This record gives sequence, C-alpha cells and structure tokens, in this order.
Amino acid sequence: MNSAPALLILGVSVLFILGIKLLASPRTARAGNLAAAAGMLIALLTLHHPGGDSVWSLGWNFNRTLIALGLGLGLGLGALGAYSVKMTAMPQMVALFNGLGGGAAALVAGLEFRQPAHESEPIIGGSLLFAVLIGSLSFAGSGIAYMKLEGKLEKPLTFPGQKILNGLSLLAIFGLCGYLLSHPSSSPAFLILCGLALFFGVAMVLPIGGADMPVVISLLNSFTGLAVAADGFALHNLAMVVAGTLVGSSGTLLTLHMCRAMNRPVKNVLFGAFGAGAGAGAAGNTDLAGRAVKPIQSDEAALLLANAQQVVIIPGYGMAVAQAQHQVRDLSEALGQRGVEVRFAIHPVAGRMPGHMNVLLAEADVPYDQLCEMEVVNPLMARVDVCLVIGANDVVNPAARENPASPIYGMPIIDAARARTVIVLKRSMATGFAGIENELFHRDNARMLFGDAKATLQSLVTAVLAS
Amino acid sequence: MDTDLLFIFTLTVFIGFELISKVPSMLHTPLMSGTNAIHGIILLGGVLVLTDAGTPLEQGLGFTAVVFGSANVFGGFMVTDRMLQMFRKRKP
Repeated sequence: MNSAPALLILGVSVLFILGIKLLASPRTARAGNLAAAAGMLIALLTLHHPGGDSVWSLGWNFNRTLIALGLGLGLGLGALGAYSVKMTAMPQMVALFNGLGGGAAALVAGLEFRQPAHESEPIIGGSLLFAVLIGSLSFAGSGIAYMKLEGKLEKPLTFPGQKILNGLSLLAIFGLCGYLLSHPSSSPAFLILCGLALFFGVAMVLPIGGADMPVVISLLNSFTGLAVAADGFALHNLAMVVAGTLVGSSGTLLTLHMCRAMNRPVKNVLFGAFGAGAGAGAAGNTDLAGRAVKPIQSDEAALLLANAQQVVIIPGYGMAVAQAQHQVRDLSEALGQRGVEVRFAIHPVAGRMPGHMNVLLAEADVPYDQLCEMEVVNPLMARVDVCLVIGANDVVNPAARENPASPIYGMPIIDAARARTVIVLKRSMATGFAGIENELFHRDNARMLFGDAKATLQSLVTAVLAS
Repeated sequence: MDTDLLFIFTLTVFIGFELISKVPSMLHTPLMSGTNAIHGIILLGGVLVLTDAGTPLEQGLGFTAVVFGSANVFGGFMVTDRMLQMFRKRKP
C-alpha cells in the first residue's frame, strides 16, 4: 500500500472515532454524526480496488451502470425511510437498516468466497465464511426483530425440542464450515450453510419477547459490524476493518450496558424464554389482587399539579403508544408558567429502545436539560410534591427494591413511591411487560388516573390553564 | 498485510469499548442508529464485488448488496441526523 491512500484511510478512521466520541454529548452529537458521514463519503470516493486502481477511474461498463443504479436506489429508499418514519417507530427503523447491512455483508462475503483466487488461503476463506454466517444471522434476526417491534409477532414463540433443533443446526453449521474450508467450490454445501445461518437467525430471535428487542438489535448491530470487519479483512480494505470493528466492539459493550440497566445477564435475555420463570412473578404477588386502588379525576389531579412546587414526570412506553409526547410538553409548559418546577425522569430502558423517551420528548420540543437521568432524580424524590407517571410501570415498581421474590428484584428503578403524591396515568390495571403486579398503585400516596394518555393529558392541560 | 490488519483490529476493539463507556443513556438511541450507519461501510465491499462481477448471478447479488449497503449508510446517517437536530437546550 502506498502512502497517500493509507493517509486517507487514517483520516477516515479518525473521523469515525471522533464521530462516535462527539455522540456522547447532546451539544455535539449532531456534529459527530456529520463527521462520521463525512468519513464515509471520503471512504467511498477514494475507494481503491485491491489491484491498486481507484474504482471510479476505470472505464464505463455494465457493472458500473449497476453500481450507479444501486447507489441511487439505496439512497432513495434510505432517504424515504429516514424522513418518513415516525419517531415512535425508531427501533423498527434501526432494526431494518441493520438487517440490510447484515444482508449486504453476507452477500459480499458469499460472492468473494466463490472467487477461485481464495482457494489456497484458509485464513481469508475462514473470515469470509464468518461474514456469511454472521451477516445472514443478522439479516434474518433483524427481520424477525422488526416484525416483533411492529407488533406482528409480539409473543415469544417456543416449542418442545427447540433447544435440540437449534443445537443441531449450530453443529451442522460448524461442520459445513470445516468442510467448505477444504472444499471451497462445493455449491450444495455453501447453499445449505447459507440456509442454516438464516434459519438460525430466525430461531434465535423468535423466542425473545418484544420488550427485549432493543438488546437483540444492539447485539445484531455489533454482529453486523464484525461481519463487515471480516469482509474488510478479506478484501484488504482497512476502512472497512476499522469501521466494522468499532461498531462491533462498541455495540457489544452497549448491549452489556443495557442488560445491566435491567439487572439481567445477557444470557438470560437471549435464552430466558426457554426457562420457566414466567409464572413465578405473578405467584409472588397474589396478595395484592384484592386490594383497592384510589382513583382520581383529572380536575382534581390538575389542582394537585398546579399547586405543587416540584413536579417530576416519568414517561414510559405507554406515552409513546398514545403518541402523547406533545401533550406532555404542553402540560410541562403550562405548569412552568405557574412557577412549578418540572423535571422529567427517564429510566435508562424506558420505552422500546434505551434513550427512546429522550428522542420522543426532544421531538415535542422539550429541552434536554429538563430531562434527568434516574441517578440524578432519585436522591431528590423525597422533596417532590407530585410525581406523574405516564404509561410507565415496571421501571417504578418498588418490588424491584423491596421484594427479593420478585422477578425484577435488583433492577434499578425510579423511586416514584417516595414523592409526596404519585399520580399514575394508565389505561387500565394491566401489568407491564414483566407481567407482574405493581405495589406502587396500592400505596397510600398513589392515585390512579385512568384513561387514554393523550385525552387525559389534554384535559389536565385545560384544567391547569383554567385554574 | 494480514498481521497489520490483525494489529489494527485489536487496537480498534479497545477504542470502541472506550468510546461507548462515556455515552449517557439519554443518547443511546441516536448512538445505536449512528453506529448502525457506520457499518453501512459494507457499501464499499458491495461496490468492489460488483466491479468484479462476471456472471448475471454475480451481478444480481452484487447489485442487491450495493442497494442494501447504500440504504443502510444513507438512511442511517439521515435518520440519526433527524433525531439529533431535535435535541435542544432550554430557551433562556
């Protein structure tokens, strides 16, 4: 490699690293994303063939026409998705883009593996097979995750013998990889391998519940990164190795972070549906079933809010489902005009994606310095007059702190129960994702405000403005 | 060349770990979306294999890889930008 392209790739790598680094603060995040995008553009424009020529300087032919068409089509589809998607559907969008990346990584690796030039290079062949496997798995798994987030496959799917079937297909995959390394030109073996990898991606994600999809997407995101790095290794493309590895390693760590925020080991998220466990939580809380809750009407709730000094709003997935983020903003502004100090407490895994609530509230124009993380709000909770819980459930369940028998015991929660009054805005008494009763609703300082989040918040705003 | 790449791979793993450990959970959605766009660099691989494609099958698969990679990279950066431009500070 001569020095000019190497220096360019160094610049590209720096732009990627800088981009992710700048994403760490809301003030610089947008610049970070643009830096990474600029890096990508440079990498694309200066792309060199392993032979040494720039791919853009060769003559025009049919393949180049296809490249131009493919680039344009992808750009159009990508832009259409990016600008039409609702912010509430962001997790699905990320799953979809991730699946496309995984599919592309598998296709590139597959095509490259079939080149006769690699038959004598087992290391290259091995990394290409790795990319075919991981890329296909990511493609199929992301597709299933997309459908689950869309609500089409909400229930975890398990059947007897599933574990054995998955184990056998994994064994077959390893066996086929071994065979293909010594017989790279065997088409049937290669096709069966692709089929098995796709099957395994589906089988891995199917048994996982909808609310755990963010962890799955984060993991598949890092898988795609690793597949891309392996492709880059085989194609001798440094920029692909650096970018893919950055995504692979950062995605792995992010996955672990998310599992820690839910106090569950990764193993438990990925293979949890196979164990029992699901019934245990409901059994531990039967004593609550008969206890009454105290309902409240919206005009009374508005009075409590309007006369408070400090209010903390805790949004959850229910707010996203009801698309109520704009009404929440209206309420916070109406209270702010009366001199009430309003803060938002956001649990790290609230919503269907970590940080999802922040995006939704930002969309509704809530300034980010009003959004507080759990660790900041909890110590202040005893001085809060009213805590308004909107469509959140498990993340405010005191059982996580107090009941060692509860399945969510040990998960860090927002301490809503310690506020003077807790108003819980909820459609019904249905349980949250964990499927367990919430003792908070039965506490003396809790009032239940039943109804659709959007309509109820609207009436709260009207009542606060009138009072 | 191969050992060079292994060297770079290993160091990059550590950089990736370091970078992520400082991002607050508030920005995890844009972060996932942004890194998602970065692995769209597979587009480069798609362009390379399609440049060398000889048979109609190879051209078809290579074309699919370019479309997928292109949608991943452009869509990914655009949607991340759309999210991030909404984050703003309280008006004074």
